[in-house]
Amino acid sequence: MTERNSWFRRHRKTAVPYLLALPAAVWLIALFLIPLVVMLVKSLETCSPITGSCEMAWNWSIFHLEWSMFHKQFFTSLRYAGIATVIDLLLAFPIAYFIAFFSGRRKNFFLLMLLVPFFISFVIRTIIWQFLLSNSGIVLTVLRDLHLVGADYRILGTSTAVIAGMAYNYLPFTALPLYVSLERIDRSILDAGADLYAGKVMRFVKVVLPLCIPGIFAAFLLTFIPALGDYVNQQVLGGISNTMIGTIIQNLFLVNANYPGGSALSAVLMGVSLLGILAYAKLVGTKSIGEYL
Amino acid sequence: MALDLDAPPTPRRQRKVRWLRVYSWALIGYLTVPIVAMVIYSFNQVEGGIPQVSFTWNGFTTKWYQQWSEIPGLTGSFWLSIRLAIAATAIATVLGTLLALALVRYSPRQFKGKGLIDQTLFMNIAAPEIVMGASLLGLFASLHFARGFVTLLLSHAVFSIAYVTVTVRARLTGFDGRLEEAAGDLGAKPLTTFWLVTLPLITPGVMAGALMAFALSLDDFVASNFVSGSQLPFPVWVYGATRIGIPPQVFVFGTFIFLFGLGCAVLSVVLARRQPTHRRVSTGL
Repeated sequence: MTERNSWFRRHRKTAVPYLLALPAAVWLIALFLIPLVVMLVKSLETCSPITGSCEMAWNWSIFHLEWSMFHKQFFTSLRYAGIATVIDLLLAFPIAYFIAFFSGRRKNFFLLMLLVPFFISFVIRTIIWQFLLSNSGIVLTVLRDLHLVGADYRILGTSTAVIAGMAYNYLPFTALPLYVSLERIDRSILDAGADLYAGKVMRFVKVVLPLCIPGIFAAFLLTFIPALGDYVNQQVLGGISNTMIGTIIQNLFLVNANYPGGSALSAVLMGVSLLGILAYAKLVGTKSIGEYL
Repeated sequence: MALDLDAPPTPRRQRKVRWLRVYSWALIGYLTVPIVAMVIYSFNQVEGGIPQVSFTWNGFTTKWYQQWSEIPGLTGSFWLSIRLAIAATAIATVLGTLLALALVRYSPRQFKGKGLIDQTLFMNIAAPEIVMGASLLGLFASLHFARGFVTLLLSHAVFSIAYVTVTVRARLTGFDGRLEEAAGDLGAKPLTTFWLVTLPLITPGVMAGALMAFALSLDDFVASNFVSGSQLPFPVWVYGATRIGIPPQVFVFGTFIFLFGLGCAVLSVVLARRQPTHRRVSTGL
């Protein structure tokens, strides 16, 4: 007993970080890492349509099957998420630049306004866009009255509506990392550039842009990956012709109860996301993500 | 470009900044469009039998605010979301803060596996939510675990923990460890030091993390849709209602949540300004 006591006393100090981390680590392992493994395992099972019971069959061909059925929706998702992310980067950069360099005393106000889409439920704001963009909605009515569009012009149900919805919903995810990286730029480096006779354009291209590249990466990651798996915008604003992979996964799980198929597609989606995640981790490092949130 | 902040404002420079300013205000105007629409149409009268929101203006009414709780399913889902958000925030804040302390205060030599935890947190934040929702559903299904409040809570806590940890950690990096040593030298036991020195210093960071966890949980749709079963949180209920028509009370609840969120955001800005200083501690002791 005394021996154990002294062991405990000797190791009490070194055990502290492990004890602090233990509850969260267990939670993350049990409910984040293990489910991902279970998902991969489940995708290889074969389920009996009659009893509904599933057995491990090492059915690797499911990936081939699901891919041949749904690769079109996968590429649609990649394309829409890519376009929405580029739009967001272009829309967000000027405002992030303005807030970081010129907003002065109003800085917190502008940052707060940038977060405004988050104060209203994701589902509600998408539904409101559905109303605003509908055929009798305010956007089309005004455009028609100005004779800018024909009487049979539609927005809802098109890929434009889906991309616009995603661009709206994920804009804060793009703008905040850009702002953080611009804000961090040491102004004296810019002065140094000016002292060395770099013009304004030169300073922007050679100093500002390279220094905010980690922020651009973070913005890309935090916008592109959620947009890739998004299905709310597509289901509310889109139509049958622009189905995305998120809709397919959701339907396989919740409508068709096809867990192996849904798991296989989720695993592919996770794999694609992991490529982006690993590239980011390699280039920027994993720790920095916290600074951009 | 107007990078030379100390340079005298030339008319050319001012003009360029003015364009940036106009653009920024225009973008902010665009971002607020759905909120303005929601608040305005929460006062819209409804024609016809079953009240449903429509975007034809039928006249002003405060009826939906008076009858805010008359849709049983909606009110129930709202309170479920609130209870869920409070419980998930409590769990995520405690676990996430402890983990952040372990990550900030100990070197990889003292805390082996630190890199692994870093990578897991990062992956958790960056992973598509639909994959997390689907994988959790797969886990619960294979364990024959009935879906409901508990599965929702387990799922919400797992994505909130990572956000709390990185938020608290980002604010902990400037923490001066010597303050704790000083407390120890003055005879304080480790737990006393934690309550009297460490916790007051990290409170602003912890509060910011907790607000984030609360907002994430309250607004979560994608993961909740997978693990909710028959217990529908507010966003899932609203989404389901789109098929049959949305009662106007949805906009009333939306307006409540907006005002609450605005209050929290203002609070977090105020808290962020109150950076921990050495003086506060020394006068506190």
